[in-house]
Formats: sequence, C-alpha cells, structure tokens
Amino acid sequence: MANGSKQIVDFAKIKATMADPYKHPVQVIDREGKVVDPDTLAKYSDDQLVDFMKKMVWERTLHEQTMNFSRQGRLGFYAPTAGEEASEMGSVTAFKDQDFLLPAYRDLPQMIQHGTTVAKGFLWSKGHVQGNQHENPNMLFPQIIIGAQYVETAGVALGIKKNKDEDRVAFVYTGDGGTSQGDWYEGVNFTSAFQAPAVFFVQNNGWAISVPRYKQTGAETLAQKAVAMGVPSVQVDGMDIVAVHEVSKAAREFAVAGNGPVVIETLTYRYGAHSSAGDDPSRYRTKEEEKPWFDADPLIRMRKVLTDKGVWSQDQEDKLVDEYKDEFKEAMKEAEAAPAQKVSDFLKWTYNVPTPAVKKQIAEFEAKESK
Amino acid sequence: MAKMTYIKAITSGLDQVLNDDPKTLIFGEDVGKNGGVFRTTVGLQDKYGEDRVFDTPLAESGILGLAIGLSLTGWRPIPEIQFMGFTFEAMDGIVGQLARDHYRFGGQKNFPVTVRTPFGGGTHTAEMHADNLENYFTSTPGLRVVTPANPYDAKGLIISAVESDDPVLFMENLKLYRSMKDEVPDEKYTVPLDSAKVVREGTDVTIVAYSAEVNESLTAADALAKDNISAEVIDLRSLSPIDTDTIFASIDKTHKVVVVQEAQRMAGVGAVVASDIAEEKIMSLDAPIGRVAAPDSVYPFAQAENDWIPNADDIEAKVREIVNY
Repeated sequence: MANGSKQIVDFAKIKATMADPYKHPVQVIDREGKVVDPDTLAKYSDDQLVDFMKKMVWERTLHEQTMNFSRQGRLGFYAPTAGEEASEMGSVTAFKDQDFLLPAYRDLPQMIQHGTTVAKGFLWSKGHVQGNQHENPNMLFPQIIIGAQYVETAGVALGIKKNKDEDRVAFVYTGDGGTSQGDWYEGVNFTSAFQAPAVFFVQNNGWAISVPRYKQTGAETLAQKAVAMGVPSVQVDGMDIVAVHEVSKAAREFAVAGNGPVVIETLTYRYGAHSSAGDDPSRYRTKEEEKPWFDADPLIRMRKVLTDKGVWSQDQEDKLVDEYKDEFKEAMKEAEAAPAQKVSDFLKWTYNVPTPAVKKQIAEFEAKESK
Repeated sequence: MAKMTYIKAITSGLDQVLNDDPKTLIFGEDVGKNGGVFRTTVGLQDKYGEDRVFDTPLAESGILGLAIGLSLTGWRPIPEIQFMGFTFEAMDGIVGQLARDHYRFGGQKNFPVTVRTPFGGGTHTAEMHADNLENYFTSTPGLRVVTPANPYDAKGLIISAVESDDPVLFMENLKLYRSMKDEVPDEKYTVPLDSAKVVREGTDVTIVAYSAEVNESLTAADALAKDNISAEVIDLRSLSPIDTDTIFASIDKTHKVVVVQEAQRMAGVGAVVASDIAEEKIMSLDAPIGRVAAPDSVYPFAQAENDWIPNADDIEAKVREIVNY
C-alpha cells in the first residue's frame, strides 16, 4: 500500500474514542458539596440522607478504631477502608437481606451492614473461625485470593436463576487490580453467558498495594472492560454516596428483571495503607497525589449538603463518633472472649465424614486438648 | 444385568443420580448437545433438559466457580473438566476454594461437588490430556479422590461420589473408556468412596495398583501364576483417603508387596502407600517394598508413550525381584 493512502480500518481513531461512552462518571454531589443533579437528590428524604451520613461516619470511625486496635496488636490482617465510605455504604445499602454478598478483604464494612456483627468482623481479622459464621447466611467470607469471588458470583447468580428466586441477586466486590485477573473476566463472562442476576463492583481506589491503576491495563477506564462480555457498565463518582447508591439500585433492578449482570466502577481512593501489616504508601506515592483525593472526601461533601439543609451539626457528629467508638470497643471485648479454637475441630470440619487417618488425628488432638 | 463398557457405566451412573435428585446438575465444555467429547454424558440433556445438563463457556476456573456458587444456592453440581491437564486452569477453584470451603465455614455449609475428569496414557492424545496429576489433589485436605479400574466400580463410585456431601475428584481413565466390558447391574448400587478391593487373591506377594495399572497387574499375576507365584492384586479405587486396612491385611498374609502407579515416581500415590506400609507393617515384611512407576520426566510425547508407561512386564519383573529377594 502506498504511503498516505487510506487504510481499510482506522485503529487510531478506534483507540482514541473507545472509552468515550464510559468516562463520564455519574455524580449527584460534586467535590465542593454542590448538588449537580438536584432531581436525583430530591428523590431522597432528609432522613435517608442523614442515614447515609451516619453510615459513613460509622465506617470512618470503624476505620480509625481498627487502626488503633491494630497498633495495640489486637487485630490480625486488616485492610483499611478510609476514603471508600461512599463507595462501600452507598452500594451495600442498595441490596436486600436475601441478596448474596461475595466480599473481598476490604469489604468487612459491607458485610457488617449486610448482616453480621462487628465482633465477627474482628474475629475474621484475628483468625478465628467464628469470623466466617454470620447471622445472615447470604454471604461468603472475604476472599483473599483476588478473583475467586468473581467466578463464584457466576455460580451464585446462576443458582438464583435456576431456583427462580425473583427478588434476589448476587453482588460482589473487587478493586482495580482485581480486574486484571483472568477470573474477573471469566466471572463476568459466565454470568453474561447465562444472563444471570449479578452486580459486579470494581472499587477503583487507585492502588493495588503499590501498583498504580494505570499500570494494570492500557484501558482508559475499567468500566469499559465489561463491553467485551456484552455487559452494560458505568463509572460513578465513588466519593458521592448518593450517586453510588442510585447507580447500585438501578443495577439491582436491571439484574432482578432478568437482563443479566451489570459492572459498576466506583472512582474512589485508598487513603491509608493496603493493610495493617506493614505497608507504607510513602514508598510509592506522593503527598501531592493524595491531597486532591483527601479534598474530595465523601464525608466532607455530604456534611456540607446536610448542614446547608439544617439537618446536621458537628456536635451531633461528635456524639455519634463517641457512640460508635463505644460500640466497637464492646465488639472487641466480645471478640476477645471467643472460645479458643481446637485443632480437633479443624480436623472435624475438613471432611463431612472424617477419613480413617483424620479420625485418628482427631483422637490424638482431643487427648492433647483434654489435658 | 448387561455387559457395559466403562464409559457406558459412568453414563448409567450419571443417569441414575440425575433421576434420583432434581438438584443435581451436569455442566462443562461440550457436555450438553454433544454429550461430551467422549460421549460420557450422551443423551442426558435430551432426557433431563438443558436446565440440568448444559454447556459452559470455555474456561475451567469459571466452571469451578460455577460449581461452588451453585453449591451455595442449594444445588449438587457435577462439573466436567474435559481433560485432567486442564485442571491446572481450575487449581484455585478445586484446591484453593472447593476443598477448603466446608472447613472455612466451620462445617456449617456443604459443597457436594463431583468434579469428573478423564486422564491416563496410552491413547496417543495431544499434550496435557493424558497426564496422571492425582498427586496434586491427593495432597489436598478436604478433597476425596477416586478412580475406578472397571465398569462395575465406575458406576457404583460415580453414584457414591455424587451422593457424598464432600467434594470428590472423579478420575476417568481414557484407555479404559471403551477397552473393557463388565456385567453392570441396571439398577442403582453404590461402591464405597474410601475402600480398596482385592481383585485377585494370592498368597506370595501383594500388588497394590489403581486405574489402568490394575489390569496390567492382573496380566502380570497371570504370567507369574505359570511359575507358581501367587500374587494378590489390590485395586486402591480411592487415592484419598487410602484404605490401608485392606493393604495391611494382605501384607500380613503375603509378607511381600509391590506398589504400582502409572504416574511419575516422584512424590506420588505409590510413595504414600509405601510409607504407610513402612510405618505400620515393616516388621511383617520379609523383603523391601517394591515400586513400579513411570520415570521422572515430563509426560512423554505421544509416539513414545508406550516406552514410558509401566506395563505388565515391568510389574512382573519387579515382583520376581521382590519374591526372590
């Protein structure tokens, strides 16, 4: 082909425009606390908005208290959640008790909202089996090997469809790094192939431990990845709880109606370390990068909206923080009072019917444990 | 009672469990309309509908994710991994998740999944089809691993596997699929998941084998009988757990043992059997434990397969060595 002649396909143009439908994050309240979508906000009563704020204060206080507990050596692995309150509380509150939650390790706050106790969350962190046994049976334990929760979501969603449960969906979380896993693609694709009811959340908090979002993929948005599987998707301002909630509710309705899954990318930020186990963000990111995100804080903007409405005050918030702190301290006491675990129990739970070798080992450990 | 191939016996067992329990589901690559690449599930979609017997997209990790999620919503899944070499793509699903999930819930939830997968050498397949990968799975707590060596056990074991509330890896030997026929009852019966079987009685030496090597061992036993060497042959059937009672009872009688496997020698099932015997029965032995296994190379290119897989001659030679020790 001669130089300058027209190519049969313009890949440069395709590449430059392919993210266009996905890079307009849904927003109701902007970072200054200005209401940019008053019609949507008008759908919410003051009580509902105050409740959103309370849940975010609850999650922020939980974060701060768990950091204290971690410093005191009273927790095990714990993934800090500050910065992600709007993303986490805005989404989980769009689901019903019968919906099935498949969390990852940064999703303890959603699990507690969905029907377990703070004490169970602490027990999970401390490494106790009771941390996996929840009041609401419609949830899995937090997934540690990122990606597995996605393929398992496909199974839960297909099971819901086969059971003909009409008002029930699966919902699942991962982060930006999680979308690089093959399992992420397989999970969304299987759910799409079966047109099963699921909502896939990608909490894009900018960092997979120390690897920034832009190093995960050449794709401009993570939301656009869903198009390859024939799944509708959207970006949402993950620091705006009303926007996250509204989008999550719409996604649930869409899935429940038999239209197949939805992918939601929430744009948020991990204020703290990856985990309480020695990660130091100053090794890989700058204060200059952090500042605009801290300024976009979900609590600051909601506080402004509610204060303007005259339904929130700093005094009220301070009292709440104290109440929540007391609640978390009580929960820690409860967690610390949990009975010691027994290896003989671990052996009993390995199989439904113990194998002969395991039976022998149960007897050995029971003898040791009774001493 | 009808004469049935190994593969037909598995189909018959699957038919039985689909009929007995409306919560059972068969799924995997090509298992629906096509009835599987070997026709193991042939006719089952027509009989039970696409809701119960269905094709999945081509992704093994996704297939295991489906199985686990379906268990969480009350189903009894029977996924197929088309060839055992492809289980590598589902390793997290089987080993990292499925096998541990009952434990992780402190026993509160069951994951009654039966993963069926064909394996075994001698049919000149493409790479990653024939490998004996059982040792990756027999070292996994929470997972049962069984493999039948004949049509009768194939039907009885697949029914037990599906009815078990523990996850089971059910390994189907490719070479045996159509190479042998047995009397197999039409009605339902089960073979226990954790028991070995004496398939030939003898007094001079015990041969412990599984899957296709059971037949090789029986051929060797025939040859040995001509020289008045009476070999007892044990089919393990279950690779995890191993039924040591049956093995030990035989050794108390013969005082000599040869352990046979098609897999490479390194860290295999045979090594576990040999160490169990050494631990409990060394004083009952009057010769070293003999081992027959494939050499420690990667699974061979198809043309060289028959030079690599241990056969009846190899077993016979090893037994003579142990008997004449």
